Amino acid sequence: MAILLFADHDNDVLFDQTARAMTAALQIGGEIDVLIVGKNAQGAAQAASHLTGVRKVLLAEGDALEHRLAEASAALLVSLAPHYATLVAPATTSGKNIFPRVAAFLDVMQVSEIVEVVAPDTFKRPIYAGNAIQTVQVTDAKIIVTVRTANFTPTAQDGHAPVESIAISDTPPLSTFVENRFASSDRPELSSARLVISGGRALGSEENFRRLILPVADKLGAAVGASRAAVDAGYAPNDWQVGQTGKIVAPDLYLACGISGAIQHLAGMKDSKVIVAINKDADAPIFQVADYGVVGDIFDMLPELESKL
Amino acid sequence: MKILVAIKRVVDHNVKIRVKSDGSGVDNSNAKMSMNPFDEIALEEAIRLKEAGKADEVVAVTVGGLAAQDVLRTALAMGADRAILIKADTIPEPLSVAKLLAAIARSETPDLMLFGKQAIDDDCNQTGQMTSALLGWSQATFVSHIVLDGDRARATREVDGGLQVIEVTLPSIMTVDLRLNEPRYASLPNIMKAKKKPLEEMNSADLGIDIAPRLRVIATEEPSGRKSGITLSGMSELIDKLKVEAGVL
Repeated sequence: MAILLFADHDNDVLFDQTARAMTAALQIGGEIDVLIVGKNAQGAAQAASHLTGVRKVLLAEGDALEHRLAEASAALLVSLAPHYATLVAPATTSGKNIFPRVAAFLDVMQVSEIVEVVAPDTFKRPIYAGNAIQTVQVTDAKIIVTVRTANFTPTAQDGHAPVESIAISDTPPLSTFVENRFASSDRPELSSARLVISGGRALGSEENFRRLILPVADKLGAAVGASRAAVDAGYAPNDWQVGQTGKIVAPDLYLACGISGAIQHLAGMKDSKVIVAINKDADAPIFQVADYGVVGDIFDMLPELESKL
Repeated sequence: MKILVAIKRVVDHNVKIRVKSDGSGVDNSNAKMSMNPFDEIALEEAIRLKEAGKADEVVAVTVGGLAAQDVLRTALAMGADRAILIKADTIPEPLSVAKLLAAIARSETPDLMLFGKQAIDDDCNQTGQMTSALLGWSQATFVSHIVLDGDRARATREVDGGLQVIEVTLPSIMTVDLRLNEPRYASLPNIMKAKKKPLEEMNSADLGIDIAPRLRVIATEEPSGRKSGITLSGMSELIDKLKVEAGVL
């Protein structure tokens, strides 16, 4: 039976994570419809129609849906659910916010953050910060999964699926949007960047973090990440956090600077293709997962790296 | 204003767990157990709201074996007024936990329920959202700032890209993120006082809720490890390796 993929986007742009979740949906197998929930979201809908393998794009637009708040989005998904055997979402903050609500309405146990499709009803997912991988089979009548997008490549974009607007019912909202406070940046988005440079507590201050990490990031064209310790200490904003409870990344190159390598940080980056660690403590656990390690002071190393790139 | 805080007893975040060699699960028989760190933040927020005069009562609730009394005692020592243990032989899946907590919420009728955004053992990130759905309440997940205002509340959420501020109608369920606060340590006098605070026990079966698992766990395995790498002399050699050997620059 068919699969409904809940897309993540900002109305204009379809996020890369949706194309990655699409790959997981293709592996599950079946006819795949993509749901765009938003307002003035033609841009995202058109982008979704180009994803290879999409049967059709469902476009649900309304004032209450503009920011994809949980209650209205979940109600819409629940109303569409009878037509689908499987519901899939990327495990972005939107997917993580909305999907468990849908699962509970449908009395289904969700499988969170799958990293591998074993069979249409069987998935691998990490537990204990990725220190164990569990294979689970769904016994419910419906399958609801969120996809850890770092583990799937984006699907190709040579499709031409039709876009179909769907009617929405108006329900009194339990929550209302006030504002987004997004810092604008020309750097690539952390979750899908090819190169990531991250800083840890060893940077010592927000000023040092910016002075040492950002120039290297800009030279490389890399996204910027941070350890939980650096975020806790206020050196970097929380949406830069890489780890079990932050963002999960798997770039081609992950450059860990002054990061010791706590279990919860490794959970967020150990699937990176190449890991580089720069740390003055030769015994830091980060070196156990690094392909290339440099033992040295980041305060000397990073300016040198920046000048030599 | 009554606040119900859901907490979970988990393997301490500093413990490196071991996967059983036969693939049947994770061996945590002798591991140190603690309150899930995000639940500590949820509880701290509830206590602070009470201390600020915004809430009258803070109730901590958990689902687990008798051993889970210890995290409830910790909750009472931190400042919860009373605690409820829903006894279950094995820890049920999030959907079942949500059903049990929703049943408690119906009898306790709190104005606000706080959860940690995820438990660090199963990393599911589901229970708060599911409980909210079952109760038909509003939800605000990954919250880093809460302002209560009459029958509404304003929550700042940590989302991809930055922060999102939303306003919710009470009663509401919020799941909390790291930066909401820094939880306190319980003082010795408060630990002593906590022993006299009420801790009610009930059986999950008495709530009439089927907690049979819906997911069949087929295997639990170690993740594939990484090969150990090499140590380089400095930045010049690093750039060379990244360009030539790894081909990522």
